[in-house]
Amino acid sequence: MRSFLQPQNLLPALLLLALGAVPTAAASLGDDFLVAFFARVLIYGIAASALNIALGFGGLVSLGHALFLGIGMYAVALPVHHGITSGWAHLAIAVLACALVGSVTGLVSLRTTGIGFIMITLAFAQMGYFIVVSLKQYGGDDGLGIGSPSDFGAWQLGSATTVFYTAWVVLALMTWWIWRLRASPFGMTLRGGRQNARRVASIGLPLSRYQLTAYVLSAVLCGVAGVLTANLNAYASPSTMSWIISGDLIVMVVLGGIGSVFGPLLGALAFLGLEEVLKPVTEHWMAVFGLAITAMTLVGTTGIVGLLARLQSRRSAQPTLSVAAGKEVTP
Amino acid sequence: MSATLLLAQLLNGLQYGVLLFLLAAGLTLVFGIMSFVNLAHGSLYMLGAYAAAVVGVQTGSFALAVLAAVATGVVVGLVLEAVAVSRLYRRDHLDHVLATFGLVLFFNEIVRAIWGPQPVYVSLPESLSGTIDLFGFSYPLYRFLIIVVGLLVAVACQLLIHKTRIGMLIRAGSVNPAMVGALGVNIRRLNAMLFAFGAALAALAGAMAGPILSVQSGMGEPVLITTLVVIVIGGIGSVHGALYAALIVGLVDTLGRSFLPLLLREVASRDVANAAGPALASMLVYLLMAIVLAWRPQGLFPAFKGK
Repeated sequence: MRSFLQPQNLLPALLLLALGAVPTAAASLGDDFLVAFFARVLIYGIAASALNIALGFGGLVSLGHALFLGIGMYAVALPVHHGITSGWAHLAIAVLACALVGSVTGLVSLRTTGIGFIMITLAFAQMGYFIVVSLKQYGGDDGLGIGSPSDFGAWQLGSATTVFYTAWVVLALMTWWIWRLRASPFGMTLRGGRQNARRVASIGLPLSRYQLTAYVLSAVLCGVAGVLTANLNAYASPSTMSWIISGDLIVMVVLGGIGSVFGPLLGALAFLGLEEVLKPVTEHWMAVFGLAITAMTLVGTTGIVGLLARLQSRRSAQPTLSVAAGKEVTP
Repeated sequence: MSATLLLAQLLNGLQYGVLLFLLAAGLTLVFGIMSFVNLAHGSLYMLGAYAAAVVGVQTGSFALAVLAAVATGVVVGLVLEAVAVSRLYRRDHLDHVLATFGLVLFFNEIVRAIWGPQPVYVSLPESLSGTIDLFGFSYPLYRFLIIVVGLLVAVACQLLIHKTRIGMLIRAGSVNPAMVGALGVNIRRLNAMLFAFGAALAALAGAMAGPILSVQSGMGEPVLITTLVVIVIGGIGSVHGALYAALIVGLVDTLGRSFLPLLLREVASRDVANAAGPALASMLVYLLMAIVLAWRPQGLFPAFKGK
């Protein structure tokens, strides 16, 4: 547990805990926007953490994870449209659908590597996007309003506050789980494969099966984020499935620190925070944002977690990190 | 009636296919030779369309508009290559995706800032807006022109790559860039030229597509993604593969959209056909890609047998 007390872990963990106080603080300030904003941060934190399993641990550059976010959203919107409001049903549909779609697309996509994989995941997400757009009976391009929230018996996702707490608990559990996953034999194999697939294969481990499992896991967790997004917005729209969202998720993961446990949450917070800061400054904030992303990549970033880790190593003067090599950040 | 409709749709598919080829040719070379993922290729297409629209309105000359688009493509391509892309060749694909993703956001927003969110409609010059008589069948002249230009570019590309010294260097560079560099060829300049060439073709495609589509911010993305499908089907790095795959995708997409709902109506009830038809038609090219990949992950017409 000693490693947990390093700043790159301790600070984000404290941040996650502190985020739990947001609804109370917002209520005393009378600012509803804050709750909705931080709920969005948490949900994107979940989605980015999910993507990080495939992208950060497995090295699978999926440019199509918005697909699973979208499936999760429509797993709420379509049943509600037909009068099924049970949250358990929504969750079950989202998990099953994401697992199924993730398995099929993963099987096909993992036949390729590198550029091929990027393009294929992108194409599959686009396929989902076009299916939803062409389903005119479910709103098509305009999206579908969600009349009543997911109903988990005593717990309903009707308000931003309940969505916030749900997302907070899910993210906390998930972060703990990913912490353990990362150091488990499964996580080690996956990360080993990212660095050198051939060596892992020569040890005799069926890497592609590990990768497929990671891809499906990350798809399902992204679907859960989709269920929460649908409830937060009370609206499902095909634009959530557009490839820009997939790109945003990758940016969040890299901005926070690829392959680290807390990075995706920090990335989501920084990404959405920056968006809110830039929006009032200029209508065309996206241009600034785009250039910032390009510049960040050109400079070669180790993400926020990498920065925190560098702070630590400077203080203890003990280079415990191999930040530059492989661009992975130790937990 | 049905035969003329079929012929018209075949030609439309061909026209869409050659447009895709113009985009795919540049992209597949950059992919294959520099192993660079360029998501901003769609932005070059968009910039080409805008450049043509602006110059077209100012001068009224279609030829000048196309020239302006190509020049824009070359200039923007060279600048992009020098400022960003050339620094990224040695990095991994994730960095390529991120950097060019940022560029896509940037270009989309810049275009929106300058020309607004409304689409710009480009009207054709008088001389090109008529129809042409093909064996007793009339077809819009402009669309026919696109087909001709596209096929000419395809032939020119083929000659360039297989019959010229530069083409030889390109082919050699795609197999072993370090060796070509060691033989005294300035591989950086070759890369820059190739990138600018691809950008010019993309801008040309944008200029040609302007009058039949609406010119607006974000117009590059759907076509970029279809182009990626073309490249995957054709085999990464293969120009002739890009041509065949572009034609296949163009035809499958166009014919699928116009005939699949009709076909479905024959076998299923009207409601089902109306609901599923358009959805299935828009998925068709992606399904095609998935099938090709499951069957031959290296694409249908790979550039090199050994690779």
